[in-house]
Amino acid sequence: MELRLAGLRHAYGDIEVLRDIDLALPTGRVVCIVGPSGCGKSTLLRLIGGLERPDRGEVVQTGEPPPGCLNPLTYIFQDFALLPWRSVEGNVRLVLEDHGLGRAETAGIVDDVLARTRLSEFRTALPRQLSGGMKQRVAIARALAVSPAFLLMDEPLSALDAQTRELLLDDLVDLWVRERFSAVYITHNLEEAVRLGHRVVVLSRRPGTVREILEIDLPLDARAAHASDLEAHRTRLWQLIRDEAQAVDLELVDG
Amino acid sequence: MAEPEGAGRPVAFRGGGFSPRPQGVVGPLVFIAVIALWEAGCRAGVIPPLVLPAPSEALAALLYLVETGLLWKHLGASLQRLLVGWTLGTLLGVAVGFSIGLFSLARAGLAPVVAAIFPIPKIALLPLFVIWFGIGEGSKVATILFGTFFPTVVATYGGVDNVDRGLIRMGQSFGLSWLSIVRKIILPGALPAILPGFRISAAIAIVLLVAAEMIGAEFGIGAYILLAGSLMATDELLAGVAVLSVMGLTVNWLIARAERFLLRWRT
Repeated sequence: MELRLAGLRHAYGDIEVLRDIDLALPTGRVVCIVGPSGCGKSTLLRLIGGLERPDRGEVVQTGEPPPGCLNPLTYIFQDFALLPWRSVEGNVRLVLEDHGLGRAETAGIVDDVLARTRLSEFRTALPRQLSGGMKQRVAIARALAVSPAFLLMDEPLSALDAQTRELLLDDLVDLWVRERFSAVYITHNLEEAVRLGHRVVVLSRRPGTVREILEIDLPLDARAAHASDLEAHRTRLWQLIRDEAQAVDLELVDG
Repeated sequence: MAEPEGAGRPVAFRGGGFSPRPQGVVGPLVFIAVIALWEAGCRAGVIPPLVLPAPSEALAALLYLVETGLLWKHLGASLQRLLVGWTLGTLLGVAVGFSIGLFSLARAGLAPVVAAIFPIPKIALLPLFVIWFGIGEGSKVATILFGTFFPTVVATYGGVDNVDRGLIRMGQSFGLSWLSIVRKIILPGALPAILPGFRISAAIAIVLLVAAEMIGAEFGIGAYILLAGSLMATDELLAGVAVLSVMGLTVNWLIARAERFLLRWRT
């Protein structure tokens, strides 16, 4: 299954946040979307997953989601969005309950995703007992439970401290190497973009348009060893964004 | 004034304070002291018995109530009214609160009505309820029901409004059904606001219970207090008040237990 964005435009009231976005999202690849703050990255992600309706244009799905997929377009949120009154296990089960899977099958899926995210021994813990990194791993486990065709990740590491972010970034790379999932990954962190993205889409400042698309050919699991290549990509991205970021910084918030 | 090398003064401590610590024994001690002082005043003749009977006399009146079995009759009648009125008022209140929180039409139609009736002291409506529902149990239960309904509505829809929209969007993004979102996300998310509402409505219910029992009730703590008052039996009056206090404390304790159990996921 692939996704294609065709002529997306979106505005909040008089403020146009996205303009003429055309983009193909291939299967089995991670597409990172970067841009200065307020360029409509998160709005774009909400449009892709159908949480918001674009003013113009459409998001088109081609092909069918793989068999066994319960929720083709699945989000991972910046603030984790875990139910605080449910345990780790309960949070994963939440997204399976409406599918009429039966007790054994549900338990099987829960066991499986908790094992894959190394959370099995924390299954009865409540979110408040978990660190930020662990919470995000629970959210990842929950997303994996519905076997998504696309993971839509909205700055999943931005609420975490630098060390946790580094650890979880490695986890995500490992996960991709094992599962080869398709993903759209929104971030303002260029380091994350060059570590995780097969393709990096640079948005301009508001109203966001696609400014440039950068392909990074290095395989994900080899990237840690090619720090200098990554640095070159990162520098290139920063040159693209720098002036815009500076201009955004000087804008008045409600101007 | 030059100080020798290596010597110096420690930096003065300026922090601390502004954080009350639990002091277990102080509360009961104050209680005992006040009652002892009161008893002593009565025995010494400083406080005339008609103005304020000694605690020991009030206690005797209470024991007499227990011995004759009248306490259970009064308490039973009161608790029944309280339970029926409060339960119905709360159930209806939660239901209406949820519909105001969830449906635009209900909000537009009902929220102004609730806002208009909420501040009316329901005691003022008591004579009207007597006309509508009769002098018997009907008017008493209706008063309590009415009194508990409005604060529950306000607390409930406030709670629904305050549920984290991010969690609701998460539910939608996983394709949860509307009912699942309401049941599994909005209801538990609104509970931290609904339960304190119960506390307030329970206190209101006890106030209204006593008021309602002062009109045409044979049994009930309120009727007992009214009768004692009109006979100038201040010791019995105080015994009745003590029962009310214990009733209020018990209800509070029960709700606190429920809160601790239902909200144990909170930090």
